[in-house]
Amino acid sequence: MADNKKTAVNKRLLHVSASPHVRAKADSVYLMRMVVFALLPAAIFGVVNFGPRALVILLLSVASCCGFEALTNRWFKRPPSLRDYSAVVTGLLLGMNLPASVPFWMPVLGGAFAMIIVKALFGGLGENIMNPALGARCFLLISFAGSMCNFDVPKMAFLRTADTVSGATPLAAVKAGEQIDLLASFIGNTKGTIGETSALLLLLGGLFLLVYKIIDWHIPVTYLAAFSVFVLIFGGHGFDLYYLACELCSGGLMLGAWFMATDYVTSPITPTGRVVYGIFLGILTGIFRLFGASAEGVSYAIIFGNLLVPLIERMTIRKAFGRGGRA
Amino acid sequence: MKKEKFTFHGGVHPRGKKELSKNQAIRLYQPMGDLLYPLAQHIGAPAVPCVEKGEHVLAGQKIAEAGGFVSAPIYASVSGTITGIADHLTITGAVVQAIELQNDHEYKSVEYPEAVDPATLDRDEILNRIGEAGVVGMGGAGFPTKVKLMPKEPEKIEYILVNGAECEPYLTSDYRLMLERPMEIINGLKIVLQLFPHAKGCICIEDNKMDCVRLMEKLTADEPQIEVKTLVAKYPQGGERFLIMAVTGKQINASQLPADAGCIVNNVETMTAIYEAVVHQKPVIHRIVTITGDAINNPCNLDVPCGTMMDELIEVAGGLNCEPQKIVSGGPMMGFSLFDTHIPTTKTSNCILCKKKDTVTAVHQMPCVNCGRCMSVCPEKLIPARLARFAEHHDARNFEKWFGMECVECGCCTFICPSKRLLAQSIKSMRQSILAERRRQNAKGGK
Repeated sequence: MADNKKTAVNKRLLHVSASPHVRAKADSVYLMRMVVFALLPAAIFGVVNFGPRALVILLLSVASCCGFEALTNRWFKRPPSLRDYSAVVTGLLLGMNLPASVPFWMPVLGGAFAMIIVKALFGGLGENIMNPALGARCFLLISFAGSMCNFDVPKMAFLRTADTVSGATPLAAVKAGEQIDLLASFIGNTKGTIGETSALLLLLGGLFLLVYKIIDWHIPVTYLAAFSVFVLIFGGHGFDLYYLACELCSGGLMLGAWFMATDYVTSPITPTGRVVYGIFLGILTGIFRLFGASAEGVSYAIIFGNLLVPLIERMTIRKAFGRGGRA
Repeated sequence: MKKEKFTFHGGVHPRGKKELSKNQAIRLYQPMGDLLYPLAQHIGAPAVPCVEKGEHVLAGQKIAEAGGFVSAPIYASVSGTITGIADHLTITGAVVQAIELQNDHEYKSVEYPEAVDPATLDRDEILNRIGEAGVVGMGGAGFPTKVKLMPKEPEKIEYILVNGAECEPYLTSDYRLMLERPMEIINGLKIVLQLFPHAKGCICIEDNKMDCVRLMEKLTADEPQIEVKTLVAKYPQGGERFLIMAVTGKQINASQLPADAGCIVNNVETMTAIYEAVVHQKPVIHRIVTITGDAINNPCNLDVPCGTMMDELIEVAGGLNCEPQKIVSGGPMMGFSLFDTHIPTTKTSNCILCKKKDTVTAVHQMPCVNCGRCMSVCPEKLIPARLARFAEHHDARNFEKWFGMECVECGCCTFICPSKRLLAQSIKSMRQSILAERRRQNAKGGK
């Protein structure tokens, strides 16, 4: 018996590797999947709100991102990466950032731009300098402003409530100085892109990510706080909390603050850097929304922020233990 | 009053798995096979053999002299015949000179002098006995204890920390020692306190070993100079810098020694070795080894003569219940994986861990997604993801600018990384190459 056991050790070589010899369970696939879960309620609400056409847009967007991810992997001779869910997250985010009435080729083109130009050309997962979904959205917004700003609710929507709001989106109404239905904006049965309307569900999704420690609080909290302060000071309404709540609940702010500004790859890694980044995004969003031509500002603010990340990081290298940093 | 618990920034919580061997009392084991004594089993100069081939030695007889000031002598741990001095494989995979001893199975020991009261000994005599007994840091590093106890400014030492944190998963040797031989630890500490009369002795134990905390508190109740500190169980609490930080609030960096923060840190087993060395003049020839893991039939804690072969110890622990994929000497976070088990134990081997499954070696690495988890667990407050990238590009300038040389190689970053990247490993090799480069520069400057 003893001899058998001994040969068991010597017969085959043991595995040798540098320490540590144990690993935590959570992997990147798990993180991405959790982000998908957190996005789903808002996406499903968008489908309920805008009808089957919204579902088709979302599916086309996800399919296009996955397809072009697979294609670029082949072109650039990279290992297959569909299983890591990052393309699904990008696709879902892109779809949620499109109005339900856009032509069907648009999510496909957006997916191609996101995966090829923004992601693959810069080196694939982890190397892109801006959020692929937002890059694609801005590209579409600039190139096809007409369809991208057409927030008409498709004829086959399940709920007709969104239709009752006159004019464009609540955010545009706020900008025009009109009163909006805050509760509708909060719950989400208003006009807008597929995934951005329900502040409530996006907030819940964001809290879900916080609780499961997928993201940390630095970026969303400082982003929303800085934006609030900016709006209160420069909004021209004085200390009007109702106006502030309307600004916070409408447009892409919740989607941006919880799901796109927190994108790991394109946000700073240092804790101080995250705070700086959040404040920067808040101020920039405020400037774009209040003083820009369009009512929207979140996408451009985050894209600009993304480009400044290396600089922010370099300025906020934290001091090592015993090198004068805080305890 | 709720008692204060001490801790530090960062760190991880790997599965403890200490229950495997936790309740196994320490058993004395006398080796059946031959023994090997690597000459370099401590930090500093290798020991110099002082026996000839063919000579018969007794347990406790010196077989190698200290090779310099920072070095330690080595003693035979059983009686037998020296059969040679040759190159042998050691735990780290390095091949070093080792003294071969053929066991005569009589286990005859030298006669030790009668026990003395340490209070009658002066400082020089105590240090001399510690050095002569070959006491080294038995927590794993193996730094000669005598040198540690001779800081440049002894009057500045405020704390003597006894490290009973045992933060590595699986290990239970220190735990058993604290439960079974607490008086030896306390007496060892008292001897050290005799050297530093103004210092405070702190026995530091993680809160997953509350039985040890209570026992130590009971035994030191009327020792005004000794305190028991409860630490939050978290890896790497047992690391010297983080222990000092937790207990005293002081931070030291890579260029400083614990003495710069007024501390001397010693493992609990080192304390018992000091006690044995000073009171009984017994050299370090035994140590407690935990043999554990899911591939071991009967996980246990053994009191083993140093130099015993590891494959023999695995058999003592009931052998293997399957073909293990990985065998590690030391804990799973910082231990060395072995490709062969015919390797001698040394003064610093605290654990032999046999794992059925190796979940680490062949793991699929994904690109870094910049999630920042490595940064939030790094006890040194570094940014491992960036450092690893600098290491891959061999960018020494940025590596040092981002404090890469401060890394203590604890492995928390690799443990937590969701992309399963080998962060600690990259940083480790970059540090080694920078240190080697510095040594080269110094050597050039010397000429």
